[in-house]
Amino acid sequence: MTMGTGKKLIFYILLTISAIILFAPTLMALVMSFMSNQDILTGSLPTSLTLDNYKNAFERFPLFQYLFNSFVVSILIMIGQLVLCSLAAYAFVFLEFKGRDLLFYVFIATMMIPFEASIIPNFHIIRDLNWIDTYQGLTIPFFAMAFGTFLLRQNFKMIPKELKEASQIAGMGDFRFYLTVVLPVAKTSLVTLGVYGFLTSWNMYLWPLLATTNDSVRTVQIGLKQLQTQEQLNDWGVIMAGAVIVIIPTLILLFLGQKKLQRGLTEGALK
Amino acid sequence: MSIASDLAVQNQDSMELVFKQVRKKQKIKSFIKGILFLSPSILLFSVFLFYPMLRTIYLSFFLTDASGSTTVFVGWQNYINLFTSPVFLKSMMSTFLFVLYTVPVTVIISLFLAVIANEKLKGVGFFRTIYSSSMGISVAAASVFWLYLFNPSMGFLNMIVEALGFEAIGWLTDPAWALVSISITTIWMNIGFTFLILLGGLQSIDSYLYESADIDGAGYFYKLRRITIPMLSPTLFFVITVTIINAFQTFGQIDILTQGGPANETNLIVYSIYREAFVNYQFGSASAQAVVLFILILLMTAIQFKFGERKVHYQ
Repeated sequence: MTMGTGKKLIFYILLTISAIILFAPTLMALVMSFMSNQDILTGSLPTSLTLDNYKNAFERFPLFQYLFNSFVVSILIMIGQLVLCSLAAYAFVFLEFKGRDLLFYVFIATMMIPFEASIIPNFHIIRDLNWIDTYQGLTIPFFAMAFGTFLLRQNFKMIPKELKEASQIAGMGDFRFYLTVVLPVAKTSLVTLGVYGFLTSWNMYLWPLLATTNDSVRTVQIGLKQLQTQEQLNDWGVIMAGAVIVIIPTLILLFLGQKKLQRGLTEGALK
Repeated sequence: MSIASDLAVQNQDSMELVFKQVRKKQKIKSFIKGILFLSPSILLFSVFLFYPMLRTIYLSFFLTDASGSTTVFVGWQNYINLFTSPVFLKSMMSTFLFVLYTVPVTVIISLFLAVIANEKLKGVGFFRTIYSSSMGISVAAASVFWLYLFNPSMGFLNMIVEALGFEAIGWLTDPAWALVSISITTIWMNIGFTFLILLGGLQSIDSYLYESADIDGAGYFYKLRRITIPMLSPTLFFVITVTIINAFQTFGQIDILTQGGPANETNLIVYSIYREAFVNYQFGSASAQAVVLFILILLMTAIQFKFGERKVHYQ
């Protein structure tokens, strides 16, 4: 079906106006991060562009340390989730044993417990393990994830059962089958889950706020909060530079993986 | 002859026995294998989810010291205190108002965006990327953006308000506006995700339906009302429940924008739990609040499972 030119024009106008409104806050932050403080305070349009804000942000704050910490934490969580979710999904699809259905309900039940509601004992557990200000304290509680398991389960189900039977006849064990056949075949959904895991871990806020007390493993989100609360001089350019640095990795990841993410999330959500 | 047949029967019996044993052995083996594959997840769920949740319920019946150890059993007293405390009742009120402000607006805007971005137009991919972009923006960064936009003197929003001839608004300091401001920030943050899910839902609608409607000469809005919305309803239902659950879990934007103020106007339930536990060290009453949050989310998830036809939600 082709659309009339008039109708097309209406759609383009709607699309453009919506895009401008929606993207304005991000664009504003981006522009402000290159503006001099003078221009920001007088509320004028940028008269000159400068990198000073970025230089200041990195000089006054251990931003490199925060960024490094965030990368380590996000990648650890991503890998942990991929390993645990794919192992669990494998058991639910390819292994038959007593109690499997019961365990499946246990996984469903985990989705009824919000992490926020169990955060007080969780904090005490981490504290008693001496895991405050450590990478393991920031990551391990998030390795197991029901949503990721269900997403991969959907995907594993599409692998023909004959493949499993053939591998059994060939004397291939379950773990080898999982490693050499299932994981490579399900690569796309693993990537989707990986992107999702990285995004959500990078953007985590409440837990890193509680589980870090100093700069050693503090993530960039909490660093940004510090930057914002300590910059009492209304140095908005520096704050925005910090915010832009925080969002760049996830925006790039989102732009690259948007299509996959959309398909993956809808699949996991609606099956 | 009879001996031979006896032997055969015996043989068969023992064969069956061996067979049974082998099967039983295999059953045990496959059980162990299944548990091995599942044990990492089960272990972590137990330590960081099930045990803490039970412990939360336990703590809610006690007073604690500053380190979180129980001191005095108080029965339902923490709950009685909560539901007679004006601060907590206000927190509940704000939380429900917040859900009411954010969920419908988020879904309507995202639906509108998804519908216009679902047209087969040149360059529509660019717009889709822009609309989903807020999904890649963390709560801390988004809050900082809006902190500036809400700034009473320099902020862009007050510039517009004043240019239109109105008096400047204390977006984050005026009790009448603070919750609205938090809601605006939240809606903006949530659009990316809801848009992406709804777009996915739209794209999975069979194009055959539209083609046959075209043959019948149906107009654009007729198709929207009679095909798109009904076919999208499972996705819409899913998106609505997830947005409600997310709204109950709101924390970051409060912490950066208002710290629960002014006059506890934006003291939503998770922020209230955080303050009670980690600022006031009242772990008992904070746990009672956490149990209330748990029940709220449990209800939402149960509704979702019951009416959502085998749908799965995620945190």
